[in-house]
Amino acid sequence: MILDGKCPTGPIEKSWDKHRFDLKLVNPANKRKYNIIMVGTGLAGGAAAASLGELGYNVQAFCYQDSPRRAHSIAAQGGINAAKNYPSDGDSILRLMYDTIKGGDFRAREADVWRLSQVSNNIIDQCVAQGVPFARDYAGYLDNRSFGGAQVSRTFYSRGLTGQQLLLGAYSALSRQIKAGTVQMYNRREMLDLVVVDGVARGITVRNMVTGEIESYAADAVCLATGGYVNVFYLSTNAKGCSVTANWKAAKKGAFFANPCYTQIHPTCIPQAGEYQSKLTLMSESLRNDGRIWAPKKKEDVSKLPADISDADRDYFLERKYPSYGNLAPRDISSRSAKEACDAGLGVGPGGRGVYLDFADSIKRLSEDTIRERYGNLFEMYEKITDENAYKRPMRIYPAPHYAMGGLWVDYNLMSNIPGLFVLGEANFSVHGANRLGASALMQGLSDGYFVIPYTIGGYLVTVKPGAVTTDHPEFKKSVVDVKATNNKYLSINGKKTVSEFHRELGKVMWNNVGMARSKESLNEAIKVIPQIRDEFWNNVKVTGSGTELNQQLENAGRVADFLEFGELLARDALHREESCGGHFRVEHQLPDGEAMRDDVNFSYVGAWEYKGNDKEPELHKEPLKFETIHLAVRSYK
Amino acid sequence: MSDHKTMTLTLIVWRQKNANDPGKFETYSAKNITEHHSFLEMLDCVNEDLILAGKEPIVFDHDCREGICGMCSQVVNGAPHGGQDRTTVCQLHMRKFKDGDTIYIEPWRARAFPIIKDLIVDRTALDTIIQAGGYTSCHTGGVPDGNAILIPKPIAEEATDAAECIGCGACVAGCPNGAAMLFTGAKVSQLALLPQGKAEAVARVKNMTKAMMECGFGNCTNHYECQAACPKGINVKFIARMNREFLKAQFA
Ligand SMILES: Cc1cc2nc3c(=O)[nH]c(=O)nc-3n(C[C@H](O)[C@H](O)[C@H](O)COP(=O)(O)OP(=O)(O)OC[C@H]3O[C@@H](n4cnc5c(N)ncnc54)[C@H](O)[C@@H]3O)c2cc1C
Ligand code: SF4
Ligand code: FES
Repeated sequence: MILDGKCPTGPIEKSWDKHRFDLKLVNPANKRKYNIIMVGTGLAGGAAAASLGELGYNVQAFCYQDSPRRAHSIAAQGGINAAKNYPSDGDSILRLMYDTIKGGDFRAREADVWRLSQVSNNIIDQCVAQGVPFARDYAGYLDNRSFGGAQVSRTFYSRGLTGQQLLLGAYSALSRQIKAGTVQMYNRREMLDLVVVDGVARGITVRNMVTGEIESYAADAVCLATGGYVNVFYLSTNAKGCSVTANWKAAKKGAFFANPCYTQIHPTCIPQAGEYQSKLTLMSESLRNDGRIWAPKKKEDVSKLPADISDADRDYFLERKYPSYGNLAPRDISSRSAKEACDAGLGVGPGGRGVYLDFADSIKRLSEDTIRERYGNLFEMYEKITDENAYKRPMRIYPAPHYAMGGLWVDYNLMSNIPGLFVLGEANFSVHGANRLGASALMQGLSDGYFVIPYTIGGYLVTVKPGAVTTDHPEFKKSVVDVKATNNKYLSINGKKTVSEFHRELGKVMWNNVGMARSKESLNEAIKVIPQIRDEFWNNVKVTGSGTELNQQLENAGRVADFLEFGELLARDALHREESCGGHFRVEHQLPDGEAMRDDVNFSYVGAWEYKGNDKEPELHKEPLKFETIHLAVRSYK
Repeated sequence: MSDHKTMTLTLIVWRQKNANDPGKFETYSAKNITEHHSFLEMLDCVNEDLILAGKEPIVFDHDCREGICGMCSQVVNGAPHGGQDRTTVCQLHMRKFKDGDTIYIEPWRARAFPIIKDLIVDRTALDTIIQAGGYTSCHTGGVPDGNAILIPKPIAEEATDAAECIGCGACVAGCPNGAAMLFTGAKVSQLALLPQGKAEAVARVKNMTKAMMECGFGNCTNHYECQAACPKGINVKFIARMNREFLKAQFA
């Protein structure tokens, strides 16, 4: 099937305004008759729930943590982009759009990216009005910093806590609506199924994580804002609870999964210290504003103290290979370069998994205090984990799975191919193409939540009669029975391996075969091994306790079971995409200098997969990509 | 790297099946722990052994494991988050302990935080306080340009100091009265410092303090244990500021 993104036509500059005008409006008096389910209350879901509640809709919002304030958006450090052009350094909406399309290696839709760039400026205004304490200069004006993949300074920030501050802004707006009664908040609930009636999304089935009860909720539209899936690699910068479960359950009910192979490996994370490790910690990309990345030139130097390696014996490899972007080269390029150095035996620290991020020059140029003011909390975090003082010796960093560009397929209105199912934030595939630029995910989450869904959902709701289906419908009952049966199955296997052991095993297969460099061979290996792990899981996992109480093993079993199915789809998508683009690097497809080689003739499309049943091959649907404003070009950061 | 040296520790952990169970301490042994294990990774290891032995693992709240989500909440040897300066329990590392140590692990204990199971408590009271007024009532859209509101750097910095609160509740757990003054004071102060928050300052401080009392949090008697317990170093000066705001509100 050829998919239609339903993008507006005509001049790009007018596309969003025109589309908004064309959308039908819901009569204000009728809004309260509509129920909307919002699964996830991070930046995307929190902003959306608050804005929809404010418009007068009835919103039921869900999250798995004990409070909406804890969604993993909270962990974003570096900043959020906007085309304000406050520094007058040549920025514009068109330039932000250009950088995003190019950064994504020409695998995103132009209309969506234009809209994102256009509303980016409203986001900053909105957050300021909420009391988000962005960094300011002494005169009181908003301050900016630079991020990878851009030559202008357009990143707004709040210390190294930007995600926290933005999320708390959205959380406060959400709290106001909860108090006003327009949003009903359900904490400690995990969505375990999507309920589809006659092809239309009508509700969800969730587990109350405190009592174990399986509950049904019906609505006129269901929104998923459930974040990214890179915990499929086990070790990642995501929170422990991040999963693909909500998205995957929707996919199993017919929603297409787009570009699952576009995953981002972040270049600057703290290297793994041991086998027991449970997660990896990011060191914000903003550090690359003032830190220089290097590896020793000679193998015999790798175990020396960094201070004992002379400047002549250091390879500042990003500055050498990409002189115009230097340490601010995009993430995919920076990660691969670091991996190359380590693969060549030039890595430092345990297992040779690390390169240096060095602040000595900046400290000399700007003073230690200035560096502390800019990145103090990051240096502190680094010291807590490694016991090393990065003011005195360079940080050790290594790439780690970080972000999912892929996600459920949505059209321009953020609606999936299932009518009534909308997908927001990292959970959808829409704007980042094959690689996301730094400081653009926060922008996307808030754009989707504050400025897109409040308009586009109305265009759908006017076509449906409110309250047409209730939880009495047999599909809801069936879903509850299915969810209970699956949970009982986990509890009854009583095998010999813990859920975490399976997750680690899957993670290793994914990292080694479907990680930073992928080949036909490695991908086929993954596609062979993952079903074996899955089979063993269903015969040999051990989950203690019962389903009718708080049971973290049971929660985790469900998430890992879904990763064990989804991981295979990710590998299949990577296998089918016979090109390299952005975060998807196929070793067979590279230019003589090792750069990614895109194939625009054969692969300039969104690949959206339809689930056909376990152990059956999924079916690929394509949405061709057209580039009318930004011309297709080889991406170069040299 | 001294990856080879390992430690064995004795854990004395609060176990409680549910809100109605009286609960009791149980003793466990944590083996093969290195200095690089985080405290929660140490508990993961203990749990893996328990599961394989067919026993119920210890449940505890956690998510980001990098000190920012505020989900983790354990009293370690009598101190919320383990008592290291500006450190959440998920950031606490085992290099702070010695081979052979005995470690006591308990949940937050406060009237406003009922225990759900083992080390997990119900902190929705903190959300209730924010719902009472921890926001500016701006609508989505229809706000002025970000630079139309000038905020000098020192003010922005002080507001950020207050805004760093992660809502973990350690201040409440550390307070002999179970008060939530530091948490509430931080939010009231952040918004009172900023021009955007001034319009509603009077109603905000009244409503948030009222909600705080109604949720069963105690009174502040100036012990300052909250600041000592706070993993983000939130300063008690924000309690003083809230008190001033409260006084002002009485005359407004
Ligand atoms: C360490 C780190 C640093 C980052 N730094 C930056 C940065 O500086 N700039 C930038 O632009 N981006 C950054 N990013 C990326 C950005 O933070 C995320 O992409 C973005 O915040 C995702 O927002 P979201 O609302 O889509 O999802 P999340 O914030 O992850 O929210 C997901 C929500 O869904 C809920 N949920 C999930 N599954 C279920 C389920 N089954 N049932 C019920 N609820 C569920 C969760 O409870 C949560 O409320 C960073 C990411 C990480 C991990
Ligand atoms: S004030 Fe400190 S201790 Fe209290 S909730 Fe906030 S961060 Fe936690
Ligand atoms: S787990 Fe998030 S702060 Fe500790």
